[in-house]
Amino acid sequence: MTEKEDISRNNVPTSMKQVGITMKYTFLDYFRSRRFLILLIITLLISALLTIIVAWRRPDSFLTSNLGFYNSWWGNSVTFVIILSGIFFGGDAISGEFQNKTGYFGIPNPIRRSSIYVGKWLSAFIAATAILAVFTVITVGNGLYYFGASGVPYQFGESLLFAWFYLAAVLGFTFFFSSMFKSSSMSILVTVILFLFGFTLIQTLVADLVQIEPWFILTYGAGVIGNVLSAQFPAHSVVVTQHFGPRTITLTTFNATIPEGLAIIGIYFVITAVLGLILFERKEFT
Amino acid sequence: MSSIEAVKLTKRFGSFEAVSELSLKIEGAKCVGFLGPNGAGKTTTLKMFTDLIRPSSGEALINGVNVHLNKKAALSSVAALIETPEIYPSLTPREALTMICEIRGVPAEERGKRVEESVSEVHMEEWMDKRVGKFSKGMKQRICIASTLLSNPSILLLDEPTTGLDPRGMSEVRDIVKCLKGKKRLIFMSSHILSEVSDVCDEVAMIDHGKLIVYDTISNVTSKFSGGQNMVQVGLARSIDTRLVNANISSLPGVVSAEQKDDKTLAIRFSGGIDVQERILSDLIALNIGVISYRPSSSELEDVYLKLIKDTL
Repeated sequence: MTEKEDISRNNVPTSMKQVGITMKYTFLDYFRSRRFLILLIITLLISALLTIIVAWRRPDSFLTSNLGFYNSWWGNSVTFVIILSGIFFGGDAISGEFQNKTGYFGIPNPIRRSSIYVGKWLSAFIAATAILAVFTVITVGNGLYYFGASGVPYQFGESLLFAWFYLAAVLGFTFFFSSMFKSSSMSILVTVILFLFGFTLIQTLVADLVQIEPWFILTYGAGVIGNVLSAQFPAHSVVVTQHFGPRTITLTTFNATIPEGLAIIGIYFVITAVLGLILFERKEFT
Repeated sequence: MSSIEAVKLTKRFGSFEAVSELSLKIEGAKCVGFLGPNGAGKTTTLKMFTDLIRPSSGEALINGVNVHLNKKAALSSVAALIETPEIYPSLTPREALTMICEIRGVPAEERGKRVEESVSEVHMEEWMDKRVGKFSKGMKQRICIASTLLSNPSILLLDEPTTGLDPRGMSEVRDIVKCLKGKKRLIFMSSHILSEVSDVCDEVAMIDHGKLIVYDTISNVTSKFSGGQNMVQVGLARSIDTRLVNANISSLPGVVSAEQKDDKTLAIRFSGGIDVQERILSDLIALNIGVISYRPSSSELEDVYLKLIKDTL
C-alpha cells in the first residue's frame, strides 16, 4: 500500500459517533479517578451513618410508615448526594480542559467541540448515576429490611426519576459554570458556594422575608424529590404567623408543585446546557 | 497536493495584535520551519489552524477548507501538536491513542497496529499500559508526538515539538520528522532551535510582531540576506593543514572564503545556489581531505535570523 492510499483510508466518524467515543474514554478516566473513589466513599459513609442511626436509635419518623421511611432517608439526603456528584464530576469538567491542557490533546482533531462537550457531559452523567445507584440500592436494601418488598411505595419510583432528572440539571449547571472559567479551582469553588450555600440562602431570603415564590431557584424545584414522598403533598404555600412579644412576623413557606418543580428543573437543564455549550464553543485556548 | 494557507489572518487580544494580516501559502510535500522570537505570533498562528483560537479576521485554510467554518473536513488530514498537551491522567497511552484513532476514523482492524507502531516510534513501548498521570513531561510529549503519527496525516502542524525532551528525545523527534518528510508529508514546524530547522526543514517562514518577514527556501533566504552568499559546514575525518585550506580550498570556483573552525571542521562561504554547492562538494572530495559531512551552516541561518529580527525592532 502506498502512503497516499494509506492517508485516504481514514473516514472521520459522524459527530454522534464521536460523542460516544469521547464519552467512553472520559468515563474511563472518571471511573478510575481518585474523585470517583472519594465520592463513592462519601456516599457509603452517608449510607452507613443512616443505617446505623436507624438501626440503633429507631427513630419514629423513619419506622412509623414505609413512606415516612423513604421520605426521611431518601428525601433528605439524595439531593446532597446529587449536588456532590455534580461538583465532583462537573465542577471542573470543562475548565480542566483549559487549565490542565487536556484540550490541547483533543481539540486539534477533526471533532466538533460540541461532541467533546456532550461526550464529557454524558460520561459525567453516567458516573454520577453510578453513585446515585449505589445510594439507591442501600436505601432500598434498608427499606426492604424494615418494610419488606411490598413496602416500597410507588412514590419512591417517582422520586427516583425526579432525582435522576435533577442530576441531569445539576450537571448541566455545573458544566455551564465550568465553561465560564479557565481555572478548575475557581469553577469548583463557585459551584460549591452556589449549591451548598447560595441557592439555599437566596431561597430563604426571597421566600421567608420578601414572600416571593423562588421559582427561579433550581434547588426550590428539587423540593419535589422529597415532597412526593410525603403522605400528603405539601400545600403550595404555607403562611405561618409568629408572635415575638409585641411584634408579629409572618413567614411564608413555598413548595413547588410537581409540574412546577419538573418545569424548573427542565428549564435549568435546557438553558444551562445550551449556554455552557455556546461558551465552550467560543472559549479560546490562549 | 496538500496545502495550508493563511489569508490576511489576524488575531487581536484587546488592543494587542498578535498576528497581523498574515498571508502565507505553503503547498506540497516539504518541511517548513516557522521562526520568530517569543511573542512573535507563531503559536497563535498554529492555534488558529487547529481551532484552539478563532481569528479576529482573515482565514486559516487547510487544503482549501476554512478551519473555522468546516473544522472536521479541514482537520481530517492534519495532525497537530500544539504546546505541551496533557492526556487524561487515568488513561494509558494505548487507551489515549486508541481514542485518537477512533476520533480520526482509523479502521478498527488497524488501530492496535497503528498504536503499537507509533508508540514504538517514540520508544515508549514499555509504558504502553501504564497510566499517563505518572509520566514525566518528556514522556507525555513523546506520547503526544506518537498521537500525530497515528492516522498517517498528509499535513503535520508542530509547535516546538522538541520542547521538554532530553537531547536523545530531541534527536529522535528530528529523525521522525525527517522520516515523515521522506513519506511526502507537508510539515509546518515552529521552533526556536535554528540548528534543528537547518537540519530538518527545506524552507523557512519568519514572523515578528505578528507579521511575515520572509518565506523562502533556506538557501535562498540565507543567500538573499547575506549578500548572495551561502555557507556550508564541512566535517572531516582527519586534521587538515591550514595551508591547504588557504591555497586549495579558498581558490575553488565559487568559494568566497574558507575558514577553519577547528582542525576537523571547515566553514566555507560561497556565492551561488544549489549547483555551486554541489560542485564544491565534488571538488572537496577530489581533494581527498576526508569529507565525512557537508551541510548548510546553522550559524548562517542564525545570522540571517538575527539580522531580520533586529531589523524589525
